[in-house]
Amino acid sequence: MFRFLLKRLALTLPTFFALMVITFMMIRLVPGDPIEVRRGERGISPERLAELRHEMGLDQPVWKQFADYAWGLMHGDFGTSIISKTPVINEFLTLFPATLELAFCAMLFAIILGIPAGVIAASRRGGVYDQTLMGLALTGYSMPIFWWGLMLILLMSNTLQLTPVSGRIDLVKYYFEPVTGFMLIDAALSGQKGAVLDAARHLVLPTIVLGTVPLAVIARMTRSAMLEVLEEDYIRTARAKGLAVWRVIGLHALRNALIPVVTVIGLSIGGLLAGAVLTETIFSWPGVGKWLIESIGRRDYPALQGGIMLISTMVIVVNLIVDLLYGLINPRIRHGH
Amino acid sequence: MATDAAITVTSSAAAALPGPLRAFWNAFRENRGAVMGLVVVTVIIVVAVVAEVITPYNPLEQYRAFTKLPPAFVEGGNWNYILGTDALGRDMLSRLMVGARISLFIGFSVMVVSMVFGVLLGLLAARLGGLVDVVILRMMDLIMSIPSLVLAILIIAIIGPNLTNTIVAVTVVGLPKYVRLMRASAMTELTKDYVTAAKVAGVGNFRLMTVTVLPNCLAPLIVQAALGISDAILEAAGLGFLGLGAQPPTPEWGAMLADSREFITAAPWIMASPGLAILITVLSINLMGDGLRDALDPRLRRS
Repeated sequence: MFRFLLKRLALTLPTFFALMVITFMMIRLVPGDPIEVRRGERGISPERLAELRHEMGLDQPVWKQFADYAWGLMHGDFGTSIISKTPVINEFLTLFPATLELAFCAMLFAIILGIPAGVIAASRRGGVYDQTLMGLALTGYSMPIFWWGLMLILLMSNTLQLTPVSGRIDLVKYYFEPVTGFMLIDAALSGQKGAVLDAARHLVLPTIVLGTVPLAVIARMTRSAMLEVLEEDYIRTARAKGLAVWRVIGLHALRNALIPVVTVIGLSIGGLLAGAVLTETIFSWPGVGKWLIESIGRRDYPALQGGIMLISTMVIVVNLIVDLLYGLINPRIRHGH
Repeated sequence: MATDAAITVTSSAAAALPGPLRAFWNAFRENRGAVMGLVVVTVIIVVAVVAEVITPYNPLEQYRAFTKLPPAFVEGGNWNYILGTDALGRDMLSRLMVGARISLFIGFSVMVVSMVFGVLLGLLAARLGGLVDVVILRMMDLIMSIPSLVLAILIIAIIGPNLTNTIVAVTVVGLPKYVRLMRASAMTELTKDYVTAAKVAGVGNFRLMTVTVLPNCLAPLIVQAALGISDAILEAAGLGFLGLGAQPPTPEWGAMLADSREFITAAPWIMASPGLAILITVLSINLMGDGLRDALDPRLRRS
């Protein structure tokens, strides 16, 4: 196991290094003078320019600049936003809980509905349920989620007045200092009446929108994994010894079918973050996805650079963990190659 | 009606087809969803190709007297503008038709470019192995470690938002799938006896990979190509929606959606139809792709 871990880590390092090179190059490739781009100033005097260049280390040779950048990254320095003048890592950490809360709820929504849907479809293979569920799953998979979000707002918020349109909580009615950054938990901790319910109502639509694609993927994956498992000999044995059908499906088959499903869930973290960019934009959800888009609009390239570095590092680490867990569950992977 | 006619025409043509194609068509035909997808995709392609001839109006022309007109079948609609008009009085139907051309153009361009690079890099990695293989694989890992839309945003931030750059960004984002698929199938084929036989017969590297191995890897590649088109269309529409794709007044579906957001209550149809167009197009291609996979890969069909 230890050797497997080392091997996976060794494979990750070049990826991480290349990521540093690309984000480092990015800020130099962006159109416009780096000083202007970074400082947002125009028409500055040559002395001031030289001073700024020196301040930002731009008068150093490129390899030295890169070494400094890499050194900074290793020590948690992800640059400074030119708009807010605060370290990118601080901004990121303030906004990230919002994204995490949304992503977590979306994943939970997708798993809770997706696995049963896949199991039902597989056990009724070819039937009406199977066809309907798989038709819905393919529709969900093909869904432009930004449009889906707007249609849900139109129906649920504008027409039925059931849910709010944007934000995480009604800021006029409820105010409390963030403790954990997770609105549901903070609302509960604040003890204000109705706060939790209000936070939950804000969360419903974004959760559905972000959870739709993973839901479809999980349902399709569960179905095909179940179909494969149901043909195994031990299932026939379990049936032959007279176990109830639901017991065979729920216990013997599902448990074995879950391995590929868990992998798919782990690997869809990256997709979830990509979806969060669109979802957060539609619902004005104050998370890192919306912040990235706004950074482009504000030409805040250091923020964009740091944000991309942070998000990608996270995806790399999560994928590494998924791989390791998978090696733990399935020894064949570990010893395979 | 039109659907039935299309099916009978194609199936009677199939009777004359030679063996493998006919077998494929028979397998494909079994899947009703796939046939439906194929028909819808064909219609959309035809509309996209002849868009300039059949659009009732110029998609950029603003009819200021008829702004925010609802579709004709809704109360207050006008049959001159079948799907209504947008906030600037531009005909929705015309815009959607030209939008189909833009979306399909993006989808096909991305697919073709990805296919060329994917096959090239995949074959190189599979045949040469060693350092080349490692470098190509690590590059693909890098691309996949950045969430797709975030990487596309990064690329657009560097090269600027427009239609061509959308194609570049979406191609880069989707490339790993093609490369890995090509590499994996080529490596499987390379271990087979017929390849050894070809090598013994003195076939050179280039000919071995292109003439001997490549045709045997085509089935999964074709499926990937179909699904790649729908992925590309969705991704490009997402970029358009964020204002990082095709720029207004280009009637790109994603950009049209972004334009109409503020009229969500006053004129919901302006927003509803471009999204519906994206959904129908992507769904039809995916239905077709599923059918292609079932028909081309008998192993998967059984499960």
